[in-house]
Amino acid sequence: MANPLKCDLCSKPATVHLTQIVNNKVHKVDLCETCAQAKGVTDPSGFSLADLLLKASLNPEAPSNGVRCERCGFTQNDFKKHGRFGCPVCYDTFRGVVEPMLENMHNGTAHAGKIPHRALERKSLYDRLTKLEVDLTEAIKSERYEDAARTRDEINRVKQAFAAKTAH
Amino acid sequence: MSISALIDSPSELTDTSSSKTAIVLMTRVRLARNLAGYSFPGWAKPAQREEILDKCREAVAATPQMKRCFDVAIGELSDLEKQILVERHLISRELSGAKTGAGVIVSKDQAFSIMMNEEDHLRIQVLRSGFQLKKAWTAINDLDTALEDHLDYAFSSTLGYLTACPTNLGTGMRASAMMHLPALVISNQMEKVVRAVNQLGMVVRGLFGEGSDASGSIFQISNQTTLGEAEDEIIKRLNSVLQSIIEHELNAREKLLEADAGKLLDKIGRAYGILQNSHVLTSSEAMNLLSLIRLGVDLGAFADGNRCAIDRLFIEAQPGHLQHVQKGEFEPGQRDVLRAARLRSEFANFARPDFSFATEGKN
Repeated sequence: MANPLKCDLCSKPATVHLTQIVNNKVHKVDLCETCAQAKGVTDPSGFSLADLLLKASLNPEAPSNGVRCERCGFTQNDFKKHGRFGCPVCYDTFRGVVEPMLENMHNGTAHAGKIPHRALERKSLYDRLTKLEVDLTEAIKSERYEDAARTRDEINRVKQAFAAKTAH
Repeated sequence: MSISALIDSPSELTDTSSSKTAIVLMTRVRLARNLAGYSFPGWAKPAQREEILDKCREAVAATPQMKRCFDVAIGELSDLEKQILVERHLISRELSGAKTGAGVIVSKDQAFSIMMNEEDHLRIQVLRSGFQLKKAWTAINDLDTALEDHLDYAFSSTLGYLTACPTNLGTGMRASAMMHLPALVISNQMEKVVRAVNQLGMVVRGLFGEGSDASGSIFQISNQTTLGEAEDEIIKRLNSVLQSIIEHELNAREKLLEADAGKLLDKIGRAYGILQNSHVLTSSEAMNLLSLIRLGVDLGAFADGNRCAIDRLFIEAQPGHLQHVQKGEFEPGQRDVLRAARLRSEFANFARPDFSFATEGKN
């Protein structure tokens, strides 16, 4: 399905697309009908795009537009276009964009519901296992055999715990 | 299980309604979930979408709830089959438009459905006929916990379950009820109700979700926000909003009867006449007529046992179901003729309305 541009002020589909050149710089805004009317965009004589841009701090050359999600290559412009993010890591990458949105969007800004305890435990065990395996390789490399033996025992313990948490 | 077997077998939605379902036709709870370490479906490359789909299918197959289910890739379904699944609220319109790397798994009783690679990797939903929000939440919570044994969900301690769209963050839960509100519509109070419901943080939509119209006076009411509250708090809040809408609808019915019973009975009687005798019916006219008959059942003009048949016809009068029964594809104009024929035969043996309830109180 095509993803229409979202309104710059709210998240409704944008139907009014405006381009103005101010001081030799091109400014573009996309608005939904309601916001366009509220901002007086429909009356060109009394409307200044610059005011709107300043108020909504939507400078098209804002430096944050250059940020890319390291994991999936998603950019802030992509978010503006799709209204959806690229991957879970995007929420870290674009924290500065997400956080101010949440207050208007939700009934709070912190999760208060269900937590996937088992999945999280499994993940923390997995992370621990990965770290221990690195430790083991290093201990063997530097001929610290006592450390290596201890690490190996620890690995076996974590592996058992991990197997218990992983469904077959 | 094949799609035709699925379509022809009894379902939670079409075969279990009772007098308990007088105003709330059905409740639904859905959870949005994503796998850690993968791009969201809209941004994932085709090969990655396939990989996600395989992972999810495997995990779903391992849960006790989804034994002996119907599991299919969207690309393998015909347009008509997809339309039927949409009409049964088992897949979304968005998913039915997906080309590759998307799928759906539906439990045998059609109470559970899991959409894969729609907007999120997983959209798990449960449907229950009638007003059963808490039961629906318990059922979907159990299925979600069973899935979590096999899948690493993308989760953040502050933002909760991470979803493609920030409007679903936190619980990822959308709980909704499908309500039949004919008296509020007839007495022009729906606009007021929608405004009040919005102020309480809930959304009102038509029968088929976003952008659909409210033919048949059927509305979907659901929570707007997903972050900042626990699931059971959201459910509790929605529950009390629904209760008060039910009260308003019942009051509106009483007022209509008090103010001008004749006018209301006329509407119901005419609906009965048209359904028995018409030869061309659009789907929205059929919905509105069925809605009046359903109101007649609630008021006592028709036997209580008919409610179930009306609820089934609400779905079977939709274009996809109509064409499935007729085994072919038809132009909208032909469909209107077929729909009228179908309803004529359904209503041929339908007992005449008994309007004595309207005068009983006055004697």
